[in-house]
Amino acid sequence: MSGAINALTRSINVFHLAGSACNNCDIEILDALTPKYDLERFGITLVGSIRHADMLLVSGVFNRKAATRAQELLQQAPKPYLVVAIGGCPASGLMFRDSYNWYRQPSGYMNIDAFIPGCPPKPEAIISAVVKLVEALRSGALAPRCLQGDQLADRARVAETV
Amino acid sequence: MNSTDIIKRIQAHLGDRVLETLHRSDRRIYIDIEASTLEAASRLMIDEFGARFQIATGVDTRQGIEVMYHWALDEKDCLVTIRILLDHTSPTLDSIALICPAAEWIEREIWELLGVDFVGHPDLRHLLLDADWPEGKYPMRRDYGVTT
Amino acid sequence: MSKRTIIPIGPYHALQEEPEFFKLHVEGEKVVHLDIELGYNHRGIEKLSESKDFEETIFLVERICGICSTSHPLACVQAVEDAGKIPVPERALFIRSTVAELERIHSHLLWLGLAGHFLGFNTIWMWAWRFREDVLNILELITGNRNHYGMMKPGGVRRDVNKTDLPAIKGLLDALQDPIKMFRDAVIQDPLIHARTQGVGILTREMAIAYGALGPTARASGVEIDVRRDHPHAAYDLVEWGVVTCEKGDVFDKAVVRILEMFESIRIIEQCLEQLEKVNGPVDSDPRFVAPGEGIGHYEAPRGEVFHYIRSDGSNRPIRHKVRAPSFMNVPTNRETVLGATVADATIILAAVDPCYCCTERMAVAIDRDSGDHLLDARDLIRLSCEKTDHMMAETGLQGPDLPMN
Repeated sequence: MSGAINALTRSINVFHLAGSACNNCDIEILDALTPKYDLERFGITLVGSIRHADMLLVSGVFNRKAATRAQELLQQAPKPYLVVAIGGCPASGLMFRDSYNWYRQPSGYMNIDAFIPGCPPKPEAIISAVVKLVEALRSGALAPRCLQGDQLADRARVAETV
Repeated sequence: MNSTDIIKRIQAHLGDRVLETLHRSDRRIYIDIEASTLEAASRLMIDEFGARFQIATGVDTRQGIEVMYHWALDEKDCLVTIRILLDHTSPTLDSIALICPAAEWIEREIWELLGVDFVGHPDLRHLLLDADWPEGKYPMRRDYGVTT
Repeated sequence: MSKRTIIPIGPYHALQEEPEFFKLHVEGEKVVHLDIELGYNHRGIEKLSESKDFEETIFLVERICGICSTSHPLACVQAVEDAGKIPVPERALFIRSTVAELERIHSHLLWLGLAGHFLGFNTIWMWAWRFREDVLNILELITGNRNHYGMMKPGGVRRDVNKTDLPAIKGLLDALQDPIKMFRDAVIQDPLIHARTQGVGILTREMAIAYGALGPTARASGVEIDVRRDHPHAAYDLVEWGVVTCEKGDVFDKAVVRILEMFESIRIIEQCLEQLEKVNGPVDSDPRFVAPGEGIGHYEAPRGEVFHYIRSDGSNRPIRHKVRAPSFMNVPTNRETVLGATVADATIILAAVDPCYCCTERMAVAIDRDSGDHLLDARDLIRLSCEKTDHMMAETGLQGPDLPMN
């Protein structure tokens, strides 16, 4: 396993998954790719399919519909992968958690390895967090949660809590 | 044509079908009508005033379900809101989507969030809520979520 | 008998996974029908607002959309001020317009970058977003944040602009003139861009009016509406500027309107900065009470009119808060503009209304039709669009917009 994790930290394919987001975090992530911040020099590239992903960047509060879709997508992610929650929304739902369309805390059905707080976090914060995460993985201080046997929680059912 | 003139012209066309007018300011007019006057009032705004449909707002109040249609008279710097009060028990309005395509989506939204039936709507189905959202549960009603 | 295929178009951003916006029904190469479905972004903000006080709700509506995070607060505070008859000091008006126009510039640059990307011109993308960073720097200087500025409040703005900062702000703004001119010249004159965007995705004037289209989407079709001029607010009737319109309503015209509007925005900001040298006084009338009533606030966001309605009952919370973003009116026009278009053009046509999908709400896959055919996803569609550009380059020898390569 450590060989796979090692490979995972060398050149990271990042897949972005936004669920009911205001897109500010999403744009800061894209900003991190632009020449000023240039994520690519760390060997980080955005990929278009979750099947190629080493790391998922997750943003937004994930309402019911988005949560259902996210759970479907996560099934397709090949292990090991890391999940990084960007911004306050996937961490706590922020001011949206009392909404009639709030589903539940994303960490309840996604194995989140790191949270980057902010609304939105600046590109520097995103890069700094990713670097910390990678170093923690390389040193063995952290193992991807998707490998730790946490089962993804039951799937979203709309009628459940309306 | 200032806002006073606008009110007069509306009254000239709709006569006593105008229940109430509120001249809130030079730029904000509110007109109350019955549901049955909706089509005439909408056509008046479109054809006579060349008004732009901005959006509609539904509100659950103690007196009933209020639906407001907001129209912009861009050349006159004036917004005209046409207000209708519906009964709580079976709020129904004629759809204006066929004479005003701009209203198509908002009628769907008011239908699903407040439970107003828009008769004659070409495509009345969920817009924002999940397709399997439970029937009869309207999030923007004041008693939504109340179990007793 | 031609076969119908369904092509879901998903992410607005090429490299971001979001639920599909639109389902294109295609026969051969041509789009014959468009399904639009929303549902993935609905957060119930209007209802949440009723549990916030009038100041808290500004922070809520700011987060409706990350790109127009000044537009919603500005319309919202104006609605509260309309309802409660709350005055706003003059100095605050200039600050409002300054921040708002800076937002317009960064939003249009963002769109320009994406449009370039969808057409296969990644240099446009990188350059547009690079200069967008400079706009965000100005915003950070003024407001303390690159986005989600927290500047608006009922009665004025939350922070003043230091007069000592004005020269720096002016300098940064001046430095944007040349890059935007570069985009204007590179994009508007370029024959390859003409070939890809002229005559493509036409929205007629009649359709624009029937759908209540707004912003550059409407102005590109010759519908001359602009809330800043038609219903003056903030500082827009205190400074000189012009409304930009085109006539054909194709993708090209929508791009032209946005590019030329950026110059008007700079004009507005420059005049506001001059006024901020001279006009003194408070920036907040510090209202403590919102009188019972109802009010409407609207503002010309980068995508068009954003509309807020507020009803107050004398308490400290809105008892009804209606929010309508411009994309709610603009996105349905896609039903008209994408009909008959080729699959390769679909992406740029749908992107041309600059859908602020989080404002409007997320759009996703709709009703299933038959077809066990292979479905193209958004990445395929963008690839097709880029390939079309490549083919055109090969056939015509044209190189595309002339931008520096490094």
